[in-house]
Amino acid sequence: MSTYILRRFLQLIPVFLGATLLVYFLVFSLPGDPIVALFGDKPVNEAVAAKLRVQYHLDQPFWMQYLFYLQSIFTFDLGQDFSGRPIATVLGEVFPVTARLAIMALIFEGVFGIVFGLIAGLRKGKFFDATVLVASLIVIGIPIFVLGFLLQFTIGVQLGWAKPTVSSAATVQDLILPAIVLGLGSFAYVLRLTRTSVIENMNADYVRTATAKGLSRFRVVRVHILRNSLIPVITFLGADLGALMGGAIVTEGIFNIPGVGNRLYRAVLSGEGPTVVSIVTVLVLIYCLSNLLVDLLYAWLDPRIRYDN
Amino acid sequence: MTDFIALDPDITPAPGKGEPVLEVRNLSVDFGVDKKWVPAAIGLNYEVHAGEVLAIVGESGSGKSASSMALLGLLPSNSRVTGSVKLAGKELLGVNEANIRAVRGKDVAVIFQEPMTALNPVYTVGAQIVETVRLHSEVSPEEAKQRALRMLELVELPDPEKAFRSYPHQLSGGQRQRAMIAQSLSCDPKLLIADEPTTALDVTVQAEILDLMRNLRNKLDSAIVLITHDMGVVADLADRIAVMRRGLIVESGTAAEIFHNPQHEYTQALLAAVPHLGQGGADSVAEVDVTAALAAATHADIESVPEEELVRRERANAAALAAAETAKPEGEPVLELTNVAIDYPKQGRVPAFRAVEGANLVIYPGQVVGLVGESGSGKTTIGRAAVGLLPVAAGTMKVVGQDISGAKRNGRQLHEMRRYVGMVFQDPSSSLNPRLPIGESIGEPMFLAREAKGAGLQKRIEELLDQVELPRDYRNRYPHELSGGQKQRVGIARALSLKPKLMVADEPTSALDVSVQAKVLDLFQNLQKELGFACLFVTHDLAVVDVLADRICVMQRGRIVEQGTRDQILRNPQELYTQRLLAAVPLPDPDKQRERRELRAQLLSGAS
Repeated sequence: MSTYILRRFLQLIPVFLGATLLVYFLVFSLPGDPIVALFGDKPVNEAVAAKLRVQYHLDQPFWMQYLFYLQSIFTFDLGQDFSGRPIATVLGEVFPVTARLAIMALIFEGVFGIVFGLIAGLRKGKFFDATVLVASLIVIGIPIFVLGFLLQFTIGVQLGWAKPTVSSAATVQDLILPAIVLGLGSFAYVLRLTRTSVIENMNADYVRTATAKGLSRFRVVRVHILRNSLIPVITFLGADLGALMGGAIVTEGIFNIPGVGNRLYRAVLSGEGPTVVSIVTVLVLIYCLSNLLVDLLYAWLDPRIRYDN
Repeated sequence: MTDFIALDPDITPAPGKGEPVLEVRNLSVDFGVDKKWVPAAIGLNYEVHAGEVLAIVGESGSGKSASSMALLGLLPSNSRVTGSVKLAGKELLGVNEANIRAVRGKDVAVIFQEPMTALNPVYTVGAQIVETVRLHSEVSPEEAKQRALRMLELVELPDPEKAFRSYPHQLSGGQRQRAMIAQSLSCDPKLLIADEPTTALDVTVQAEILDLMRNLRNKLDSAIVLITHDMGVVADLADRIAVMRRGLIVESGTAAEIFHNPQHEYTQALLAAVPHLGQGGADSVAEVDVTAALAAATHADIESVPEEELVRRERANAAALAAAETAKPEGEPVLELTNVAIDYPKQGRVPAFRAVEGANLVIYPGQVVGLVGESGSGKTTIGRAAVGLLPVAAGTMKVVGQDISGAKRNGRQLHEMRRYVGMVFQDPSSSLNPRLPIGESIGEPMFLAREAKGAGLQKRIEELLDQVELPRDYRNRYPHELSGGQKQRVGIARALSLKPKLMVADEPTSALDVSVQAKVLDLFQNLQKELGFACLFVTHDLAVVDVLADRICVMQRGRIVEQGTRDQILRNPQELYTQRLLAAVPLPDPDKQRERRELRAQLLSGAS
């Protein structure tokens, strides 16, 4: 097992280099001069511009810029964004907010998705199952920004149950509504996945064995059906954590949340290469680590999977 | 286990005394299909006494499983059960959920067919047995563990501690079934329902599990209901037999009555359809006394057979072997393997696996060679390599005169070669494209090989349907509209469509019921005589090979351990493995099976 984990960590190195190189190249290829954009409407002061170009290595060819960037990462100095704040500080501000949001969304979709999916699966073909299936289809069908604005308007503005926008502190209470919006799509998937998996396992031979042993229905479901059914669901949830972190841009935009998505959007617009690459790199690392976590969980849930050699 | 049999070779069934453990009266089971009740079992009556084995025999769809699952209320919710089921005088039908739960696993335990899927893959064997024990008795976890370990020891698992800690996938098929039996016995049930307990197992493992069950039956004095389609298993274990067909018990009686004097025509037909090792093919190949052959080859004495008689039988056997003419092979070999090794290529981090090593095998035109072995022996691998589906790692393989050892995967040479080779697959349902009418499935090889098209192709398809004895108007039907036997006929017609010189048949009848299997084998044999193709017939079932094959190759762990003509292999098996394999095949005759069992016990004790 430990060699497996070590190997997986070693695999992170090429992923890290590849991701940073690719993203750096994309930002480099963006049209427009970021330094000119910095001056906004004011006339460009060539002397200042030249100085800034040297400071941000923008006068160097692409490869040199990339190497300078790598160097700055390995010396734990990510440099500064265009407003002069250290990028490390910026990351430290935005990531906790988005992480909080993503984890809340994950808990929401996990708990409700599994519970609803389990009940629907056990009552296959009955009223609850049919209702939940149709509802989940509707949720999957509506784009997230429509759902976001809809919930923001009804629950936040009309009913006043939650604040329609999030304060700069982005407390847990503030984030409940956005987390539901963010997790709604995946909630529908988790529900359907759990339902299918439960239905499949209900007809499995070992469930019949468990019943033939004299176990109560409740224990058969809890001990024998649920654990086997959760294996594919856990895989989905783990992969989804990374997707939620990176995919929060729309939700953060709607609710004005000072998180990763918002900051990334601004950095892309202003062509701040180092900021974009730093944020994306952290996202890539989170994605890889959550996948590793899923694979380990997988082995724990299903003893048939072993990672030695 | 062998000791036990040697001590008490002749197990006389205890005749039903006193009150029966299980009394079934007028039991009917219906399933609701499309808002109609479809009967699965109709008015069944039977009883089982302590220490007695009742075998319920029937083919698929006879209602044998459904009626037995109904005893414990284990049927799906679209079913309806009526009648009376009394366990030691107490009614089981119609009682509330909590009461039936108290009976399940405690008074009545079930052993299921598939030991792999019948145990939960995510819990250890020990945990699952402990769960059963603690459910039905108030014991501490430690006591429950001790009980589970004793059970695992009782079912003769070599290392109970290790089995306790193992997950089901870490055990072999036979060990899993032992664990399953251990679990079912853990609460001292009065009645054991065994639903096809050995069907998924290899023949030598099957023999071991049957020994175990016979042994336990005598030790524990439980009543056993054995559900099976296999007459050999019935002959080995049953005291009384009920034969079921289409939901009805058509005949019941003691094992001796049913086997020696079957009254109902269905019972007679069923017994006649069972391929019987040593019985030979449809035409007059002399019957082989395999027991005598084994006794001679191993110099064994059988207590239940008088010595003079055994000697006489051994002599007759030797004389028959000497008299058997070995047909001189003619013509160029159709398939020729010289020192062939076959690998499963490495996939990702899974290293290459050598499935077959040093195989030598020749098939001449018109010859049927049976390739026999247990699961994992490499028999299917050779079949697949012969049609170029697996590369040859070493040695040379010639198919229809062409050396394909170095042929490129999907290359031109293999493409050309496949024109002369037909293949019939094991599962007729999944080897036909469900969205193609069967006429198109049959015609596709000819169309692809540009052998025929248009009206000529249609005519050939009709000819082929005639040959496999299917009505011509079936050509527009889809596979799901056909029965298993009919689908396999389509599979044979497709394999024949290019008039192959070599046919590779991979377990073509193992998914079929015995009576259907008998008809398909008969057809296959007639076609082979008529068309004269050579055939590599891969199977795990020695009795099937016996019906068809001119020569037999026995495989074990990737090697061909023994090969020869049918008579050589059956009348004078030399290798220990061949002997053990032959001895493990149960005979559909209780008396002959008793002799065979004794012989097998001697063979095993001699080997160890």
